Amino acid sequence: MVSAAGQPKLSAQHITMTFQRDGNSTAVLDNVELEVGQGEFLCIVGPSGCGKSTLLSTMAGFLSPTSGEVRIDGEPVNGPDPRRIFVFQERGVFPWLTVEGNIDFGLFALSRQERRQRVAHYIKMVGLEGFEKAYPAELSGGMKQRVEVARALAVNPDMLFLDEPFGALDSITRLIMRGELLRIWEAERNTIIFVTHDIDEAVQLGDRVAVMSDRPAKIQQIVNIDIPHPRDLSAPRYLELRDGILKQIGLAHKV
Amino acid sequence: MNSLAQPKKWEQLFWPVLASVLFLALWHYSVAWTATKVVPSPLAVEKGVAELVRKGLLWRYIGDSLRRVALGFGAAAALGIPLGLTLGWYPAANQVVNPVLQILRPISPIAWIPVAIILFGVGDITADFLIFLGAFFPIVVACVSGVSNVPSVFRRAGRNFGLTPPQLLAKVVFPAALPQIIIGLRIALGIAWLVMVAAEMIAVDSGLGYLVIDARNSGKRYDLVVAAMLLIGVIGLALDLCFRKLRDIPSVRWGFRHET
Repeated sequence: MVSAAGQPKLSAQHITMTFQRDGNSTAVLDNVELEVGQGEFLCIVGPSGCGKSTLLSTMAGFLSPTSGEVRIDGEPVNGPDPRRIFVFQERGVFPWLTVEGNIDFGLFALSRQERRQRVAHYIKMVGLEGFEKAYPAELSGGMKQRVEVARALAVNPDMLFLDEPFGALDSITRLIMRGELLRIWEAERNTIIFVTHDIDEAVQLGDRVAVMSDRPAKIQQIVNIDIPHPRDLSAPRYLELRDGILKQIGLAHKV
Repeated sequence: MNSLAQPKKWEQLFWPVLASVLFLALWHYSVAWTATKVVPSPLAVEKGVAELVRKGLLWRYIGDSLRRVALGFGAAAALGIPLGLTLGWYPAANQVVNPVLQILRPISPIAWIPVAIILFGVGDITADFLIFLGAFFPIVVACVSGVSNVPSVFRRAGRNFGLTPPQLLAKVVFPAALPQIIIGLRIALGIAWLVMVAAEMIAVDSGLGYLVIDARNSGKRYDLVVAAMLLIGVIGLALDLCFRKLRDIPSVRWGFRHET
């Protein structure tokens, strides 16, 4: 997936990450290579603790790799940037601000009128009308997650990094949130990198799924999910792709 | 009574009032039956308070005590909050200053009395200074731990939206630490009110602390001693209840969700 200009949106080259702790060094990422196209929805799956989140934090500029380089639009990444927003599990919502205040948080450089318009627009998009003045403590987990997504979208980022965003939600809310995320992505067409340990989730959402190995992690395989949305979760092709990834990770799909 | 059920309105009022009435009755009859000359009865204390009102001392003393606590506590908050935020924000600075703070912190303000008198003489400033000392350290410590306990997710989110370090401190770190800072301020106010009594006993000739020592020294007026004690208790409780109201401010309420 390469844009018309021939340049990927993001390219991670030879990313190696080693953590030093108590005199021991732990290799977390081993020469990771990844390219993500403009407007692509890429999912990263892998066993828990394999370094998915480390890779995502590195691409977002919160961590610098021990060696290697991340480039976005051809420019090296040296730190976080408001053009690309990292969405945590709902823990990232500020509890001292209302829903409105949270969504408005990143808009401080804009005019008052522009801010009001954007806040209203994104509150409507994530379906939180009527909760503008509510504080996060009064909201459910799924609603908080929507606040965080709306806060990210409001600054009009061209990339979103999502780190297991629905991991803390119950399974029904999680299914609904997946649908909402796809709806929003189809409207906004940001480039999305979505980390999850849930293979079903990855195959339901992504244009491609990158499968990571155990630590020190490499990209083991990248699977093209050639099923158009909305995806039928019992179609043979869906099951075939999902089972292929399960096998790749080394899991039998029998309990 | 079911412990899960919210107590009824009349019960919330009835039981504490009943307990107070029983306490007064116990006090009254204990004094009457033992025929003690030292401990005054509740009625004698009530007469003592009336005498203070007649002489115009009651409101003046309460006012003086409150003013000293306001000055000492206010100065402690004005200096302690910025210092605590700075130390929490720069862990390197905290490592340098922390040993000194930890040595000064356990020293009772009462131990400072001789030094305070040498520095400021006998008078209001000495009393204010002692109260300040009592309140200062808990405020600094609460701010340092408040800032260093701010979850890194919040700092990251703030940086992600392009905040400069001063903006990050003002818009993320301070509001995230505020509930803990408020807890520290409340503890500090309680200590300031305790220290006030000792400070007024030695440094000044007005206020509720002075009333305790003066009533004893000039004619063993134990009715006035106990009256002053009760006033200190009641006003201390009122101050604490006012401070607890701060928890209801919407932007800090999240930090007190797990308290009752």
